[in-house]
Amino acid sequence: MDFGFTEEQTMLGESLARTLQRGPDPVALFDLGAGAALMTEEAGGFGGTGADILMVFRTLGRAAAVTPLLDSVVLGAGILAAAGEADLAEAATSGEARVAVALDEPGQRYDGVVRTSAAGGRLTGEKSVVTGAEGATHLIVLAVDGLYLVEAPAEGMSMRGYALMDGGRAAEVTLADVPARRIGDASLLDRPLAAAILAVCADALGVMEKAVELTTDYLRTRKQFGRPIGSFQAIQHRMADLLTEVEQARSAVWNLAGHLDTADRDRHVAATKSLVGRVGRQVAEETIQLHGGIGMTEEYELAPLARRLLAADARFGDSDHHLERFIAVNAA
Amino acid sequence: MDMSFSPDDEAFRAEVRQFLRDRLPARLSEKVRLHQELTKAEIEEWHAVLNERGWLAGNWPRAFGGAGWTAIQRHIFEEESALAHAPRILPFGIAMLGPVLQTFGSKEQQEKFLPRILNGQDWWCQGYSEPGAGSDLASVKTTAVRQGDHYVVNGQKTWTTLGQHANWIFCLVRTDPAAKAQEGISFLLIDMTSPGITVRPIVLLDGSPEVNEVFFDDVRVPAENLVGEENKGWTYAKYLLTHERTNIAGVGFATAGLAALKRIARGQVANGRPLSENPLFAAQVARVEIDLMAMSTTNLRMLAQAAAGQVPGAESSMLKLKGTQIRQAINDLTRRAVGPWALAFPSEALEGANDALPPGPPEAAGATRAYLNNRKLSIYGGSNEIQRGIIAKSLLGL
Repeated sequence: MDFGFTEEQTMLGESLARTLQRGPDPVALFDLGAGAALMTEEAGGFGGTGADILMVFRTLGRAAAVTPLLDSVVLGAGILAAAGEADLAEAATSGEARVAVALDEPGQRYDGVVRTSAAGGRLTGEKSVVTGAEGATHLIVLAVDGLYLVEAPAEGMSMRGYALMDGGRAAEVTLADVPARRIGDASLLDRPLAAAILAVCADALGVMEKAVELTTDYLRTRKQFGRPIGSFQAIQHRMADLLTEVEQARSAVWNLAGHLDTADRDRHVAATKSLVGRVGRQVAEETIQLHGGIGMTEEYELAPLARRLLAADARFGDSDHHLERFIAVNAA
Repeated sequence: MDMSFSPDDEAFRAEVRQFLRDRLPARLSEKVRLHQELTKAEIEEWHAVLNERGWLAGNWPRAFGGAGWTAIQRHIFEEESALAHAPRILPFGIAMLGPVLQTFGSKEQQEKFLPRILNGQDWWCQGYSEPGAGSDLASVKTTAVRQGDHYVVNGQKTWTTLGQHANWIFCLVRTDPAAKAQEGISFLLIDMTSPGITVRPIVLLDGSPEVNEVFFDDVRVPAENLVGEENKGWTYAKYLLTHERTNIAGVGFATAGLAALKRIARGQVANGRPLSENPLFAAQVARVEIDLMAMSTTNLRMLAQAAAGQVPGAESSMLKLKGTQIRQAINDLTRRAVGPWALAFPSEALEGANDALPPGPPEAAGATRAYLNNRKLSIYGGSNEIQRGIIAKSLLGL
């Protein structure tokens, strides 16, 4: 039993953190090998295990960095590699190509209902909250009979873009008779989607750790009634409860990382996403409360962290959705 | 990162499982499963079975007659024992006093007392809490005054678990009333058959006579029964508490309790379907199961750290807090799972044995008792509020 990282994983995490101090420059991240670290050797990378994904995304979360690594590499390159599209997978892994993955459709919540049709190899339908769509060179689209690849820009494809809670962008994508190429069954999504959920949870863990550090500093230095506010028991006990829940989230992320490629992956995906979503919301709410007024301001660095935690819960199914999934997996 | 147990640990688990299948009498496991009280003889019977196999003191070094298990092996043993509904090993001699004597006791004390803990000759109880010293343990008032080669002890201990069966008690006593709270305390071993000791049972709200008050009236204790140095007892007491906390998460109990809860829920009916399929109830069970999966891994991470030589700090307080919350949630859901049967309150201690058999499934009566009895989890061993204070102070240092 080993809960630690390899020397290579630790070194990558450290150099990634150093690079991120200068800002989340995608070119610098890809040059560092952050993309390749997320892919297995068979898929042209040098990592790709649960531990690799945990290390990279926890570090990104701590820096609240907005990067294409989740959409373009973990999901995009992950699906492409599974589909045997080695060249494009490698291009996405190295940052040459940008891939966005269009799964959900408007009004379907997290149900995964797909209506987008693919008559004669041309796609028609609506795709919702497609993260990273605007800057993508390629879109992978889930249609009724499987996964399709679309090169952007494409005739008949239009987008309405908007900002996201985590600092990134997404778009509502309309497809009207768009030329596309089928690359495989929807089942190719299984492992990349589980890996993406691990990435979101590890990212959220990094955010929680950073938010707790900020709050700890604040409680030690902010004085009211002539004392640091962290000396008041009402505040200490709230903070202790919060730390205990973050410890739970840490273990949940480790559980998923350690079971990403085992037979009980689905059970751990549901358990971890449900717990991390719930605890993430709690950390956002409590750290704002413990800061008081300053925690409400856009200027203070807690704001993007709190929003990123809410975004993590809303992505790929929230805590209630995955609680239901957990019950279903257990019953199966 | 590798979250699986080593082949050696898996082999050990299989060995423990086989042993429990072979040697755990069904009449004992059935009582444990139904949360019925075990008699003194039944507890001693299980201790003897374990001692014969050399497994009674997994935490003791081999040199003292223990099994010398690793932290992971102890975890596996505790988990398998709980899942098999084995009686719990009494912590007072094995988990608490044993390590203190091994670390701070004299050679004579070790040779006299340790074998008698293992062979069942002595039943120890813990004399820590007093009416005025609960969470604030350092304010103990029971005094021990040196007179020649004896101490004379006066005062009162309380919440003495299973003290009615004990023939020995280890006590925190005040030997220097002038010193600051923590500095005037000594650790004394007292023969419960000494003249001047009175034990009075306290019946708890679940109907069990589990704890007692112990009164000391001019009790003469040979000075050789002082552990370590006079006025250094607080150091030994704290050492004991860290050992008490090694299985503080209670993962095995929670895992067994959750399995029982699911079994009961499958057998109950709500809206014409098994209760286990009721979305509202299933969601509550799933949530606690997800919490337990995470806490179980926290526990293993801490064990791995301990094995690597790191001393657990605030982490064990987090395990106490989360572990007791999870166990109490499971107790609550189990009680609610039996629906109206949870109204029945069979209690020999409170009502006498004249009632008809309790109604409903056999687990129903135990579910209510366990819920009530386990309110203690968040009170003893340092209340959960004390644990929150420890966690916050270790982080904030204020």
